Amino acid sequence: MATINPDIIVDARGSYCPGPLMELIKTIKKAEVGQVIAVYSSDSGSKKDIPLWVEKAGHELIAINDKGEYTEFLVKKKK
Amino acid sequence: MTKLSIIMFSGTADKLMPVGVLASAAAGLGYDVEIFATFWGLLALKKDSPPPEVSKDYGPIGEMFKKVMEEKNMPSFLDMLREAKEIGNVKIYACAQTFDMMGLKKEDLVDIVDDVIGAMEYLEKSKESDITLFI
Repeated sequence: MATINPDIIVDARGSYCPGPLMELIKTIKKAEVGQVIAVYSSDSGSKKDIPLWVEKAGHELIAINDKGEYTEFLVKKKK
Repeated sequence: MTKLSIIMFSGTADKLMPVGVLASAAAGLGYDVEIFATFWGLLALKKDSPPPEVSKDYGPIGEMFKKVMEEKNMPSFLDMLREAKEIGNVKIYACAQTFDMMGLKKEDLVDIVDDVIGAMEYLEKSKESDITLFI
């Protein structure tokens, strides 16, 4: 799989539910369509919350990568 | 449009925090959110109120909870409500009865309070909600 280089990185490690998702929402609002945002989260709620929100908001979840201490979510802004 | 309505009655940190979390999560999902702050919940929205304490109901566990919240730099419920307002349609109403009873003025309250409304108006608004919580 080709490596995806995110355009924006949101490092929300250490922030608690729903902090990482809030950071993603604020960032995606300001991003341009087509940009890829990486969210780093150590909150266990994010694994469910972020995919749920991304689908509901009509963006694309490119990947969820388990990095051990945290999870990386790659999200592409679609609209 | 889904709507969440919360009666924010309690003024302790352990109950204000879930108000902040749920309001943020709902705003994130695109729900309309309205919060009716009454009694202790309204007093927590006064500009000069000290940061809320954890309820004494839980004894030493409450103290431990408070310590953990401080150590982990949990955002305050006010910060969470501010953030929720930033990303979504979140309205915060002060209960007119508590407001009058405590002799409050609009400028005594933090800037995130949208309006002062009575119980009847709140009920009429919450009637249209899909989820109503009393916290």
